[in-house]
Amino acid sequence: MHVDPRALRFSAAVTTVVLAAVLVTGSAWLLGAQAAVFALGLFGASPYGMIFKGIVKSPPAELEEASPSRFAQGVGLFCALLGLVGYVTQITPLALGATAAALFAAFLNAAFGFCLGCEMFLIIRRLLPAAS
Amino acid sequence: MAVSGMARHGQVLSCSVTGLAVVLVTLAVATLVGVAVRRRDGVPREVGGDVELLTSDDLDASLGERATLVQFSSAFCQPCRATRRILSEVTEMVPGVAHVEIDAESRLDLVRSLNIMRTPTVLILDASGRVVKRASGQPRKADVIGALGLAVDG
Repeated sequence: MHVDPRALRFSAAVTTVVLAAVLVTGSAWLLGAQAAVFALGLFGASPYGMIFKGIVKSPPAELEEASPSRFAQGVGLFCALLGLVGYVTQITPLALGATAAALFAAFLNAAFGFCLGCEMFLIIRRLLPAAS
Repeated sequence: MAVSGMARHGQVLSCSVTGLAVVLVTLAVATLVGVAVRRRDGVPREVGGDVELLTSDDLDASLGERATLVQFSSAFCQPCRATRRILSEVTEMVPGVAHVEIDAESRLDLVRSLNIMRTPTVLILDASGRVVKRASGQPRKADVIGALGLAVDG
Protein backbone atom coordinates (compact mmCIF):
# COMPACT_ATOMS: atom_id res chain seq x y z
CA MET A 1 0.00 0.00 0.00
CA HIS A 2 1.45 3.35 -1.08
CA VAL A 3 0.56 6.99 -0.43
CA ASP A 4 1.31 10.42 -1.83
CA PRO A 5 3.93 12.01 0.49
CA ARG A 6 2.49 15.47 -0.24
CA ALA A 7 -0.86 14.34 1.20
CA LEU A 8 0.95 13.22 4.37
CA ARG A 9 2.68 16.60 4.74
CA PHE A 10 -0.61 18.42 4.13
CA SER A 11 -2.35 16.24 6.73
CA ALA A 12 0.43 16.97 9.23
CA ALA A 13 0.03 20.70 8.60
CA VAL A 14 -3.74 20.61 9.17
CA THR A 15 -3.19 18.46 12.27
CA THR A 16 -0.71 21.08 13.57
CA VAL A 17 -3.29 23.87 13.17
CA VAL A 18 -6.08 21.81 14.77
CA LEU A 19 -3.95 20.79 17.77
CA ALA A 20 -2.76 24.38 18.29
CA ALA A 21 -6.45 25.45 18.24
CA VAL A 22 -7.24 22.73 20.82
CA LEU A 23 -4.56 24.10 23.16
CA VAL A 24 -5.70 27.71 22.77
CA THR A 25 -9.45 27.06 23.08
CA GLY A 26 -9.21 24.13 25.50
CA SER A 27 -11.93 22.42 23.48
CA ALA A 28 -12.21 18.71 24.29
CA TRP A 29 -14.65 18.36 21.37
CA LEU A 30 -12.07 19.56 18.89
CA LEU A 31 -9.48 17.18 20.34
CA GLY A 32 -12.06 14.40 20.13
CA ALA A 33 -12.56 15.19 16.44
CA GLN A 34 -8.77 15.11 15.88
CA ALA A 35 -8.61 11.77 17.71
CA ALA A 36 -11.23 10.45 15.28
CA VAL A 37 -9.10 11.73 12.37
CA PHE A 38 -6.06 9.92 13.81
CA ALA A 39 -8.14 6.74 14.16
CA LEU A 40 -9.25 6.98 10.50
CA GLY A 41 -5.63 7.66 9.49
CA LEU A 42 -4.58 4.52 11.30
CA PHE A 43 -6.76 2.62 8.81
CA GLY A 44 -5.44 4.61 5.86
CA ALA A 45 -8.56 6.77 5.51
CA SER A 46 -7.41 10.17 6.78
CA PRO A 47 -10.04 12.83 5.99
CA TYR A 48 -7.26 15.44 5.61
CA GLY A 49 -5.59 13.22 3.00
CA MET A 50 -8.92 13.01 1.16
CA ILE A 51 -9.24 16.81 1.18
CA PHE A 52 -5.75 17.02 -0.36
CA LYS A 53 -6.74 14.49 -3.02
CA GLY A 54 -9.83 16.57 -3.76
CA ILE A 55 -7.79 19.75 -4.27
CA VAL A 56 -4.57 18.53 -5.89
CA LYS A 57 -4.98 16.45 -9.00
CA SER A 58 -1.38 16.28 -10.23
CA PRO A 59 0.37 12.95 -9.64
CA PRO A 60 3.19 12.80 -7.06
CA ALA A 61 6.80 12.46 -8.21
CA GLU A 62 7.25 9.50 -5.93
CA LEU A 63 5.05 7.34 -3.72
CA GLU A 64 5.82 6.29 -0.17
CA GLU A 65 5.06 3.19 1.87
CA ALA A 66 1.86 3.72 3.85
CA SER A 67 2.77 1.67 6.93
CA PRO A 68 5.14 4.15 8.69
CA SER A 69 2.65 7.04 8.55
CA ARG A 70 -0.17 4.77 9.68
CA PHE A 71 1.87 3.70 12.67
CA ALA A 72 2.55 7.37 13.44
CA GLN A 73 -1.20 8.08 13.28
CA GLY A 74 -1.58 5.41 15.96
CA VAL A 75 0.98 7.20 18.15
CA GLY A 76 -0.96 10.44 17.53
CA LEU A 77 -4.21 8.72 18.51
CA PHE A 78 -2.62 7.54 21.77
CA CYS A 79 -1.50 11.11 22.62
CA ALA A 80 -4.89 12.57 21.65
CA LEU A 81 -6.76 10.05 23.83
CA LEU A 82 -4.48 10.82 26.79
CA GLY A 83 -5.09 14.53 26.22
CA LEU A 84 -8.83 13.91 26.01
CA VAL A 85 -8.76 12.13 29.37
CA GLY A 86 -6.85 15.16 30.72
CA TYR A 87 -9.40 17.67 29.43
CA VAL A 88 -12.44 15.66 30.53
CA THR A 89 -11.07 14.97 34.04
CA GLN A 90 -9.57 18.49 34.20
CA ILE A 91 -6.08 17.19 34.92
CA THR A 92 -4.52 20.19 33.17
CA PRO A 93 -0.90 18.99 32.96
CA LEU A 94 -2.03 15.75 31.27
CA ALA A 95 -4.35 17.65 28.90
CA LEU A 96 -1.68 20.17 27.89
CA GLY A 97 1.27 17.73 27.94
CA ALA A 98 -0.31 15.01 25.79
CA THR A 99 -1.78 17.50 23.30
CA ALA A 100 1.55 19.35 23.11
CA ALA A 101 3.35 16.04 22.42
CA ALA A 102 1.03 15.39 19.46
CA LEU A 103 1.48 19.00 18.28
CA PHE A 104 5.28 18.62 18.54
CA ALA A 105 5.25 15.52 16.32
CA ALA A 106 2.76 16.94 13.81
CA PHE A 107 4.78 20.15 13.42
CA LEU A 108 8.07 18.25 12.93
CA ASN A 109 6.37 16.24 10.20
CA ALA A 110 4.76 19.26 8.52
CA ALA A 111 7.77 21.59 8.67
CA PHE A 112 10.71 19.19 8.38
CA GLY A 113 9.27 15.98 6.94
CA PHE A 114 10.57 14.19 10.02
CA CYS A 115 8.25 11.46 11.31
CA LEU A 116 8.70 11.35 15.08
CA GLY A 117 5.85 8.87 15.47
CA CYS A 118 7.69 6.45 13.16
CA GLU A 119 10.83 6.79 15.30
CA MET A 120 8.81 5.74 18.34
CA PHE A 121 8.49 2.21 16.95
CA LEU A 122 12.05 1.12 17.76
CA ILE A 123 12.06 3.04 21.07
CA ILE A 124 8.86 1.25 22.13
CA ARG A 125 10.20 -2.14 21.00
CA ARG A 126 13.40 -1.53 22.95
CA LEU A 127 11.40 -0.71 26.08
CA LEU A 128 9.36 -3.91 25.88
CA PRO A 129 11.72 -6.56 27.26
CA ALA A 130 9.03 -9.24 27.45
CA ALA A 131 8.38 -9.19 23.72
CA SER A 132 12.00 -9.52 22.64
CA MET B 1 -24.24 37.47 37.96
CA ALA B 2 -22.00 39.99 36.34
CA VAL B 3 -19.20 39.19 38.77
CA SER B 4 -19.43 35.44 38.18
CA GLY B 5 -19.60 36.12 34.45
CA MET B 6 -16.45 38.15 34.68
CA ALA B 7 -14.72 35.52 36.80
CA ARG B 8 -15.65 32.91 34.26
CA HIS B 9 -14.41 35.12 31.47
CA GLY B 10 -11.14 35.57 33.38
CA GLN B 11 -10.82 31.81 33.82
CA VAL B 12 -11.37 31.12 30.13
CA LEU B 13 -8.91 33.85 29.25
CA SER B 14 -6.19 32.49 31.56
CA CYS B 15 -6.79 29.01 30.10
CA SER B 16 -6.31 30.28 26.56
CA VAL B 17 -3.23 32.29 27.56
CA THR B 18 -1.67 29.14 29.08
CA GLY B 19 -2.68 27.16 25.99
CA LEU B 20 -1.18 29.78 23.69
CA ALA B 21 2.05 29.74 25.72
CA VAL B 22 2.18 25.93 25.44
CA VAL B 23 1.67 26.20 21.66
CA LEU B 24 4.44 28.77 21.25
CA VAL B 25 6.94 26.91 23.45
CA THR B 26 6.15 23.59 21.71
CA LEU B 27 6.62 25.07 18.24
CA ALA B 28 9.85 26.83 19.26
CA VAL B 29 11.36 23.65 20.74
CA ALA B 30 10.16 21.59 17.75
CA THR B 31 11.83 24.07 15.38
CA LEU B 32 15.15 23.75 17.24
CA VAL B 33 14.85 19.95 17.23
CA GLY B 34 13.92 19.93 13.55
CA VAL B 35 16.93 22.06 12.58
CA ALA B 36 19.25 19.89 14.69
CA VAL B 37 17.85 16.68 13.18
CA ARG B 38 18.18 18.04 9.66
CA ARG B 39 21.79 19.05 10.29
CA ARG B 40 22.85 15.75 11.90
CA ASP B 41 20.67 13.33 9.96
CA GLY B 42 22.64 10.72 8.10
CA VAL B 43 26.04 12.28 8.74
CA PRO B 44 28.61 9.56 9.52
CA ARG B 45 30.23 10.28 12.87
CA GLU B 46 33.23 8.94 14.69
CA VAL B 47 32.29 6.30 17.21
CA GLY B 48 33.40 7.35 20.67
CA GLY B 49 33.97 5.08 23.65
CA ASP B 50 34.84 1.41 23.50
CA VAL B 51 35.81 -0.19 20.23
CA GLU B 52 32.91 -2.23 18.90
CA LEU B 53 33.71 -5.26 16.85
CA LEU B 54 31.13 -7.16 14.83
CA THR B 55 31.79 -10.65 13.52
CA SER B 56 30.07 -12.46 10.67
CA ASP B 57 28.30 -14.53 13.35
CA ASP B 58 26.87 -11.33 14.87
CA LEU B 59 25.63 -10.22 11.47
CA ASP B 60 24.54 -13.62 10.13
CA ALA B 61 26.36 -12.62 6.95
CA SER B 62 29.96 -12.51 5.80
CA LEU B 63 31.96 -9.32 6.18
CA GLY B 64 33.11 -7.42 3.10
CA GLU B 65 36.70 -7.94 2.03
CA ARG B 66 37.59 -4.32 2.68
CA ALA B 67 34.61 -2.84 4.51
CA THR B 68 31.01 -3.57 5.45
CA LEU B 69 27.97 -1.27 5.57
CA VAL B 70 25.56 -2.53 8.20
CA GLN B 71 22.07 -1.03 7.91
CA PHE B 72 19.50 -1.37 10.69
CA SER B 73 15.96 -1.06 9.34
CA SER B 74 12.45 -1.47 10.69
CA ALA B 75 8.96 -2.03 9.39
CA PHE B 76 7.81 1.54 10.11
CA CYS B 77 10.74 3.40 8.62
CA GLN B 78 10.23 5.77 5.72
CA PRO B 79 13.89 6.52 4.80
CA CYS B 80 15.03 2.87 5.03
CA ARG B 81 14.15 2.09 1.43
CA ALA B 82 16.12 5.06 0.05
CA THR B 83 19.02 4.19 2.35
CA ARG B 84 19.02 0.62 1.01
CA ARG B 85 19.18 1.97 -2.54
CA ILE B 86 22.04 4.36 -1.72
CA LEU B 87 24.11 1.69 0.04
CA SER B 88 23.56 -0.81 -2.78
CA GLU B 89 24.80 1.79 -5.26
CA VAL B 90 27.88 2.34 -3.11
CA THR B 91 28.67 -1.38 -2.91
CA GLU B 92 28.36 -1.62 -6.68
CA MET B 93 30.79 1.29 -7.10
CA VAL B 94 33.38 0.35 -4.51
CA PRO B 95 34.76 -3.20 -4.81
CA GLY B 96 35.24 -5.28 -1.67
CA VAL B 97 32.43 -3.56 0.23
CA ALA B 98 29.44 -5.55 1.47
CA HIS B 99 25.99 -4.24 2.44
CA VAL B 100 24.22 -6.10 5.24
CA GLU B 101 20.68 -5.09 6.21
CA ILE B 102 19.36 -6.12 9.61
CA ASP B 103 15.75 -5.95 10.78
CA ALA B 104 16.11 -4.12 14.10
CA GLU B 105 13.04 -5.77 15.58
CA SER B 106 14.39 -9.28 15.05
CA ARG B 107 17.83 -8.37 16.43
CA LEU B 108 17.02 -6.39 19.56
CA ASP B 109 20.12 -7.93 21.20
CA LEU B 110 22.36 -6.09 18.71
CA VAL B 111 20.15 -2.97 18.85
CA ARG B 112 20.62 -2.80 22.60
CA SER B 113 24.32 -3.65 22.71
CA LEU B 114 25.10 -1.10 19.97
CA ASN B 115 22.66 1.40 21.50
CA ILE B 116 20.74 1.95 18.27
CA MET B 117 17.87 4.37 18.81
CA ARG B 118 16.70 5.07 15.28
CA THR B 119 16.19 3.46 11.92
CA PRO B 120 17.93 3.66 9.60
CA THR B 121 21.23 3.53 11.42
CA VAL B 122 24.24 2.69 9.26
CA LEU B 123 27.44 1.31 10.76
CA ILE B 124 30.60 1.41 8.70
CA LEU B 125 32.93 -1.46 9.54
CA ASP B 126 36.53 -1.90 8.44
CA ALA B 127 37.84 -5.21 7.11
CA SER B 128 38.23 -6.64 10.63
CA GLY B 129 34.63 -5.74 11.59
CA ARG B 130 35.55 -2.79 13.78
CA VAL B 131 32.83 -0.09 13.82
CA VAL B 132 34.61 2.94 12.40
CA LYS B 133 31.68 5.32 11.91
CA ARG B 134 27.94 5.39 12.34
CA ALA B 135 25.20 7.47 10.83
CA SER B 136 21.61 7.69 12.05
CA GLY B 137 19.05 8.78 9.51
CA GLN B 138 19.29 8.57 5.73
CA PRO B 139 22.92 9.16 4.71
CA ARG B 140 24.08 10.92 1.57
CA LYS B 141 25.98 8.81 -0.92
CA ALA B 142 29.04 11.08 -0.94
CA ASP B 143 29.25 10.95 2.86
CA VAL B 144 29.16 7.14 2.84
CA ILE B 145 31.90 7.01 0.21
CA GLY B 146 33.96 9.50 2.25
CA ALA B 147 33.53 7.48 5.42
CA LEU B 148 34.39 4.30 3.51
CA GLY B 149 37.68 5.87 2.47
CA LEU B 150 38.43 6.03 6.16
CA ALA B 151 37.33 2.44 6.77
CA VAL B 152 39.34 1.12 3.84
CA ASP B 153 42.53 3.12 4.50
CA GLY B 154 42.45 3.40 8.27
